[in-house]
Amino acid sequence: MSDNHGTDVSVAEHGDTPEFPLPPHHHRITDTDPKAAKRAERQVAAMFGLSALCTIGFVVAYVAIPTDTFIALGPIGIVQLSNLVLGLTFGLAILLIGLGAIQWAKKLMADEEIIGERHPLGSPKEDQDAALAEFQTGLAESGFVERKIVRRTLIGALALFPIPLIVVLKDMGPLPVDSLNHTIWRKGSRIVVDVTGKPLRPEDLAIGTLVSASPEDLDKIQELEGNQNARAKASIILVRMRPSDIKSQQSPEGQTWDYQGILAFSKICTHVGCPIALYQQRQHSLLCPCHQSTFDLADGGKVIFGPAARHMPQLPITIDSEGYLVAQSDFQEPVGPSFWERG
Amino acid sequence: MTSTSVRRHRATGLVVLLAALVATGVGYAAVTDSAQAAPPQASETQVQQGRQLFLEGCATCHGLAAQGTDSGPGLIGVGAASVDFQVTTGRMPLSAPAVQAPRKTPQYTPEQVTALAAYVASLGAGPAIPSDSDLSTTDANLAEGGELFRTNCAQCHNFAGKGGALSDGKYAPTLMNATPREMVEAMLTGPQNMPNFPNATLPLEKKQAIVKYITDNLQNAAAPGGLALGSYGPVTEGVFIWTAGIGALLLAAVWIGAKVR
Repeated sequence: MSDNHGTDVSVAEHGDTPEFPLPPHHHRITDTDPKAAKRAERQVAAMFGLSALCTIGFVVAYVAIPTDTFIALGPIGIVQLSNLVLGLTFGLAILLIGLGAIQWAKKLMADEEIIGERHPLGSPKEDQDAALAEFQTGLAESGFVERKIVRRTLIGALALFPIPLIVVLKDMGPLPVDSLNHTIWRKGSRIVVDVTGKPLRPEDLAIGTLVSASPEDLDKIQELEGNQNARAKASIILVRMRPSDIKSQQSPEGQTWDYQGILAFSKICTHVGCPIALYQQRQHSLLCPCHQSTFDLADGGKVIFGPAARHMPQLPITIDSEGYLVAQSDFQEPVGPSFWERG
Repeated sequence: MTSTSVRRHRATGLVVLLAALVATGVGYAAVTDSAQAAPPQASETQVQQGRQLFLEGCATCHGLAAQGTDSGPGLIGVGAASVDFQVTTGRMPLSAPAVQAPRKTPQYTPEQVTALAAYVASLGAGPAIPSDSDLSTTDANLAEGGELFRTNCAQCHNFAGKGGALSDGKYAPTLMNATPREMVEAMLTGPQNMPNFPNATLPLEKKQAIVKYITDNLQNAAAPGGLALGSYGPVTEGVFIWTAGIGALLLAAVWIGAKVR
């Protein structure tokens, strides 16, 4: 094992002199001067002691400082006193233990240079042979080889055993099936302003207006029936631009999906599903704050920048007999990010 | 195996570098707030005076009849509220062509702004300057204001109202210096790239609720956790932890590895 030329590790057999001699060792001041050692000892003890005080301080602060006390801390601003003190005491308590331990190791623990001996990692040949022989004996005595029916049933039982774990995955919920392809928008759904629930007439929107909107029926769906899912899929934005500014729409030949320059688009980014309402009305562009995907709403919701792969789905709209804005139908394609079955 | 012989570290350079990195703090420019009284009703002389001011200061970009040119949009029908917002916040007149007009010291006196607003309002109907009672938030619903803010405003202006980046160098400005009048005017008129939120879609009392939320909850918000780093989220927080946090760890590593004498 002494053939180690060309590596930077010297392996020494027991009792050999090292191939590469060590540089001369200098003792630390704490090794030679008892006063310095005493001083270092006091430093370490002080750090540990302070840590203990901080821990006690944390408990006291937790109990004593009301959470509604705020103090002004110069440039940092107005800070909750309780958070400040709890953070400082807890942080210092653990920091001082660490600093003390390092100081202890550096200044006081034994400072001797030791040659660590390295042996071959493998077991000796005779141990290996003995272990193999023992295994063979066990194999023969168990009858694992001869008793084929025992062996096969055991293997079969072990193979089947994980099946229950797979079966209980069923409780993770039903498959989404078709629900990703549809939203609650349908022919005649009134478009209402999100939060306030106000139905909209075309004249309510000026050129450059942006409205975050949802279907009127959304409120009828209870929380347990999936209101949040329905909201997540059905959220739209309405924008109005000059009809002459509209370069293209997603409507097929012979259909009109806008209403006099009012366009409705899904609010859910087609990249990873962030809700978007960063509408820059001069360029008619919609910018996603998550990954900067940008959609040109004047040009069929086309992606003009960023990682989104598909255009923003457009909702066909019109007005009903009372003059309120309504959907012509559901979206003609799934909204939101791509998913496996979508292809 | 030989023990690792402890090499003496020349840590000075590293320490200086780290100190410089840590010292790279974020400075905040505090712009003082200037509240102002509601402008009085417009008279014919004000319209005339406004027209004069318009021809001198605005017509180069907006056209002699405010019809708009290649350098500036038309102002017919934008309303007095738009003029009041743009001129009292100093955004107009623009000092140099730019992707976005920044807030700066107003160039016109309140009387001149009133005159300009009266002139532009006389060109075509548009949103009027909100009155003092329009701006009253006494009866406004703070909780609803918060919900409306998060639905309609937070996307661009940030959850804490500190503003944020848009595309091509444009940005949504911070709301920390905005007065209630400016907020309502901005919602009504949609300055620059901001969309507008007319009273027909967002009624005045809902606007008041949003104003109340901004003035009461955001503009004087404390930072319970300490250094808010501008409330910009991962960008400033990342810079801070990569310089100050990792810097501290490097210093600790240098100290642990340093030769003891």
